[in-house]
Amino acid sequence: MPDAPKSNSESLKKLYSDMLLIRRFEERAGQLYGMGLIGGFCHLYIGQEAVVVGLMAAAKEGDQQITAYRDHGHMLAQGIDPKAVMAELTGRSTGLSRGKGGSMHMFSAEKKFYGGHGIVGAQVPIGTGLAFANKYRGIDAVTLTYFGDGAANQGQVYESFNMAELWKLPVIYVIENNQYAMGTSVARSSAETDFSRRGLSFNIPGVQVDGMDVEAVQKAGQAAMDHCRAGNGPIILEMKTYRYRGHSMSDPAKYRSREEVSEMREKRDPIDHFGKKLIERGVVNEDDLKQIDNAVKARVVAAAEFATESPEPGLEELYTDVYA
Amino acid sequence: MSTEILMPALSPTMEEGKLAKWLVKEGDTVKSGDILAEIETDKATMEFEAVDEGRIGTILVPEGTEGVKVNSPIATLLADGESADAPPVKKAEAPALPKGEDHKDVADKGSSTVAAPRIEVAADPEIPEGTEFITQTVRDALRDAMAEEMRRDENVFLMGEEVAQYQGAYKVSQGLLDEFGDRRVIDTPITEHGFTGLGVGAAFAGLIPIVEFMTWNFAMQAMDQIINSAAKTRYMSGGQMSCPIVFRGPNGAAARVAAQHSQDYSAWYASVPGMKVIAPYFAADAKGLLKAAIRDPNPVIFLENEIVYGRSFPVPKLDDFVLPIGKARIVRPGKDVTIVAYSITVGQALEAAEKLGEEGIDAEVIDLRTLRPLDIDTVIASVKKTNRIVTIEQAWPICSIGSEISARVALEAFDWLDAPPMKVSGKDVPMPYAANLEKLALPTVEDLIAAVKTVSYKA
Repeated sequence: MPDAPKSNSESLKKLYSDMLLIRRFEERAGQLYGMGLIGGFCHLYIGQEAVVVGLMAAAKEGDQQITAYRDHGHMLAQGIDPKAVMAELTGRSTGLSRGKGGSMHMFSAEKKFYGGHGIVGAQVPIGTGLAFANKYRGIDAVTLTYFGDGAANQGQVYESFNMAELWKLPVIYVIENNQYAMGTSVARSSAETDFSRRGLSFNIPGVQVDGMDVEAVQKAGQAAMDHCRAGNGPIILEMKTYRYRGHSMSDPAKYRSREEVSEMREKRDPIDHFGKKLIERGVVNEDDLKQIDNAVKARVVAAAEFATESPEPGLEELYTDVYA
Repeated sequence: MSTEILMPALSPTMEEGKLAKWLVKEGDTVKSGDILAEIETDKATMEFEAVDEGRIGTILVPEGTEGVKVNSPIATLLADGESADAPPVKKAEAPALPKGEDHKDVADKGSSTVAAPRIEVAADPEIPEGTEFITQTVRDALRDAMAEEMRRDENVFLMGEEVAQYQGAYKVSQGLLDEFGDRRVIDTPITEHGFTGLGVGAAFAGLIPIVEFMTWNFAMQAMDQIINSAAKTRYMSGGQMSCPIVFRGPNGAAARVAAQHSQDYSAWYASVPGMKVIAPYFAADAKGLLKAAIRDPNPVIFLENEIVYGRSFPVPKLDDFVLPIGKARIVRPGKDVTIVAYSITVGQALEAAEKLGEEGIDAEVIDLRTLRPLDIDTVIASVKKTNRIVTIEQAWPICSIGSEISARVALEAFDWLDAPPMKVSGKDVPMPYAANLEKLALPTVEDLIAAVKTVSYKA
């Protein structure tokens, strides 16, 4: 992906830094939401950072991403400017969609990020279509199509599985199993709770991955991409992960205990966990991590300033971009 | 006692067919289930089986005969010991054949609509003077439009149920697989929601998919992808994303297929910003506008009509005939009343106008051709001339295209109106199956004539 680090220690530090950027960005977004600067629905990615960062580390230039509405992390991991993302959250003219999409509907044609989709599951056939186009044109790119454990129960997901395997499309279905479809736990909504098995009747292989371990994600992502690039068709990666915040900013999360969340944060936090590992391995010391933290904070503060100081779109923008 | 074997109806809309080949000869003994003949409809070649046992007496229609009317005798079947000279006295039932009154209704509807091409139609100002024309069915014009665009642009491909090997459920894609291969003419599983979304994704990536719905009724399964994904993404992305895709297929009532297979979705799609909606009647418009739709960078809904597929009209003999989207056409100029129609009702409007002319009412007929963007200017200009307007459509009356036009005319040409705008439409009920009720549910030429007389105060 962009700015590929040169050495192994550089790339490990980049994994840490990219995850931290998402964490700090989302915390700041939550704060701006509380101040009334971000409106509507705002779904934070806190807790799930290792998934997109690990997969992007395995991706090549030209690979594509598409996801649902919990999308800020995907864009940041793909190297999209945090200023443009934050300014979209505040509905400003400098936002990625010039203020017309908001948190749930953002795109970057340039960076191969295809949204940002508000309807649960709708991104799955679309992602399959992106992969179809790559195969049609003979482009060696893989489409990372993300959806959650909730979307995994939508019919169109299986319609997509069928065509993707039938036509051997180079698509990785990344099921981000954060254990709750809004407020309904996997156990209460899914007859088959092992999502890596959801492609079995279509002969699509699936792998369960510790989605809180960025290196495990990167490794699984690499294997999945090799599978796709070799012309073997689609593959499913079930990422076992967890979101710390509510489904959206307005969710009090009464469906789970405070203990459950704090236990996850303490024992399995993807960023803390990985930072400790890096110190143990001698890749970094505490000061290095502090420096990364400061650099990330500065970027996020700058993004928030940009997003609150930029003007709203001009009123003439109401009628633009409806048609080409 | 010999019986007659009758020309069978092999599809809901078949009125006549070609007796392609006899597989039995006079004197052959047949039993029920034996294949008697191959019959070619405008959509397919079908095998025709015997229903009764007996011996083939006389073959009345030789093979190769075209235009054999449904229900006409094609051979006689003799019982044991009978000779071929015995006069036929009893009619055998042809399989899948609507008979008696039912059949008559179908035939009547057919003959009244087939009459349309005989009516004089005003020249299209978009077509250069002196252009040569060929006669072509709407079905073939659509196929040619796709083929020409696929030859022109490698990014264009066709996908849908039965579009490739089967040659199209209604034979619109006939021959395309042979020319373009299975990379570009793609049979999909029966999975509308999925393949519509897949098409949208391919369009986001810069391909130009033509997504065929076997009928628009099945697109209901894919509504979210059409509206939320295809129509809105350019806006939601601040103009970064493009969705150059054409969704096409037959829309409106077919014949005797009842509520879930018979409805007109025009107004539904025409209400959505981000979408263009085209509903042609004539073969030339079908061709010129489908080519325009494929080249348009926006998502386009292209509404065809099953009953119109087989109708023949002149099509300009031009290398690259593309019509502008968003322009209505005055297909019959007149001064007394404006009739606004689209798709199959254009035929009815022209027929009504002929009859009204005989009674001294000179009707102007406008074929909308495009429903979004709606060419309201042409309608308003006409109303300012005629001072009266009647709309006709097959759709339900509530929130219809006619409703929209009536409202716009009331708003923009109120002072020119000598009578309130009137709508002729389908009735406000799901489509019934029974032939007599179906006929009652759809707008007729007579309904239109009555409405014109009402606004002309000549009822």
